[in-house]
Amino acid sequence: MSAMVDEPPLLSVRGLGKRYGAQLGCRDVGFDLWPGEVLGVVGESGSGKTPVLDCRAGRVAADGGRVAYAKADGTVVDVLRLDEAARRRLLRTEWGVVHQHARDGLRMGVSAGANVGERLMALGARHYGRVRGRALDWLARVEIGEDRIDDLPETFSGGMQQRLQIARNLVTEPRLVLMDEPTGGLDVSVQARLLDLLRGLVEDLGLSAVIVTHDLAVARLLAHRLLVMRGGEVVESGLTDQVLDDPQHPYAQLLVSSVLQP
Amino acid sequence: MTTRYNFAYLDEQTKRMIRRAVLKAVAVPGYQVPFGSREMPLSYGWGTGGVQVTASVIGPDDVLKVIDQGADDTTNAVSIRRFFARTTGVATTTSTEGATLIQTRHRIPETPLREGQILVLQVPIPEPLRWLEPREAETRKMHALEEYGVMYVRLYEDITRHGKVAQTYEYPVMVDGRYLMRPSPIPKFDNPKLDRSPALLLFGAGREKRIYAIPPWTRVKSLDFDDHPFEVEHWDRACDLCGAQGAFLDELIVDDKGGRLFICSDTDYCARRRPAGEPRPGA
Repeated sequence: MSAMVDEPPLLSVRGLGKRYGAQLGCRDVGFDLWPGEVLGVVGESGSGKTPVLDCRAGRVAADGGRVAYAKADGTVVDVLRLDEAARRRLLRTEWGVVHQHARDGLRMGVSAGANVGERLMALGARHYGRVRGRALDWLARVEIGEDRIDDLPETFSGGMQQRLQIARNLVTEPRLVLMDEPTGGLDVSVQARLLDLLRGLVEDLGLSAVIVTHDLAVARLLAHRLLVMRGGEVVESGLTDQVLDDPQHPYAQLLVSSVLQP
Repeated sequence: MTTRYNFAYLDEQTKRMIRRAVLKAVAVPGYQVPFGSREMPLSYGWGTGGVQVTASVIGPDDVLKVIDQGADDTTNAVSIRRFFARTTGVATTTSTEGATLIQTRHRIPETPLREGQILVLQVPIPEPLRWLEPREAETRKMHALEEYGVMYVRLYEDITRHGKVAQTYEYPVMVDGRYLMRPSPIPKFDNPKLDRSPALLLFGAGREKRIYAIPPWTRVKSLDFDDHPFEVEHWDRACDLCGAQGAFLDELIVDDKGGRLFICSDTDYCARRRPAGEPRPGA
């Protein structure tokens, strides 16, 4: 990772805060994400993981802070201060968002092929055969059989829906992927295959990703670095192995020691 | 004029408001301009939007033609034509060439329009993205940001399921390379007539309170894929009454033994092609 030191961070978050009325979402969250890096955000339910993701993606207006993103053309923009048109363009082109519930990220009424092709067509692809070819290619990469390309996502299992959602996001080769509990609600064997797949894709494509999860095992497998959140604040951060093997903050210690060992 | 209605029924303030909307629509081709749609003496869905636009642009020197599905002699066409004859006193006609102002439901006449003519189309649902995105606020945003990928998702699905785009009417178009537009429920057969039309095309949706326009000579492109280009429907037979090839034909069942006729949906066009002496519908 030494080569990355000269590059500016892809994403640089400072002082990010969000309140929901009197309720604290997150406070003074800050971190850097370098190209090719996967950052895990862990913590128990309600610790402020999702508000961080929402604010960063610009889906929710943050109360304060700065989210600096280095675009593909080299310019740095503050995502929180972009106008809506530019932000939505960024979400369509350079970013991908994988939702916890595949239903939130898929069009359930149209075929798997159309789901994968949508981003291509939104970016101007106007050749049916080529869109379909790319969709087939990506379905294969996420291990969905090509005979399922014309089936509705509703007929897919939970794991397949989640893989389809990943294909739909990665087909335009985004530079940054935000994932909210990508393995939530899946049984362990399906989880394991999805994690394998994600790990392979992240390495092959050199993706940068922020993964929000409550599952420390997921974080250990995928993330290079970890942020541990509690009560809307970051209480510990560091290399994944370091945080998980030698947690310093009492809460991080509690979190690590609470993992069930089969 | 024999009645005490204001010229063309609507009051002058309302006509002025609608004209402002029409001017804006002409200035931004394909953009849906909101307007204060009035209660009209016919029910929603019968052409209240078209009637209001016609009432706002009609003048004493105009010659009015009204068609419904191409026909001059159907109930709706006759009623609306009589309505304007009574409230304005203008001359009416069934001739496409002789008219300066044509209000239509669901067809564009076969006879080519010319410069100086105005075609007013009745629109039930103006929003092309309506069945793809239910929220009005969101569809407006999609228009503003030119986010039309989802419309192609629909064409993709059609080709996947049916081998071709199954939409045969209300076929979506891009106006002047900018706004996605629903050309009211005209058959896609008529879509090519929208492109670089010499006449001004005005669209009025009364219930949905929207007016939009295609100014003369504007580029209008029907959406398609490079490898599945847009095509119009065609018939492998001619009109049974006038023998026209390449006109839009209606299928007519004429008895209970399966007998049927295929005839032009444009009655004026059909009648003019037939030998003199035969009755002309609507005349």
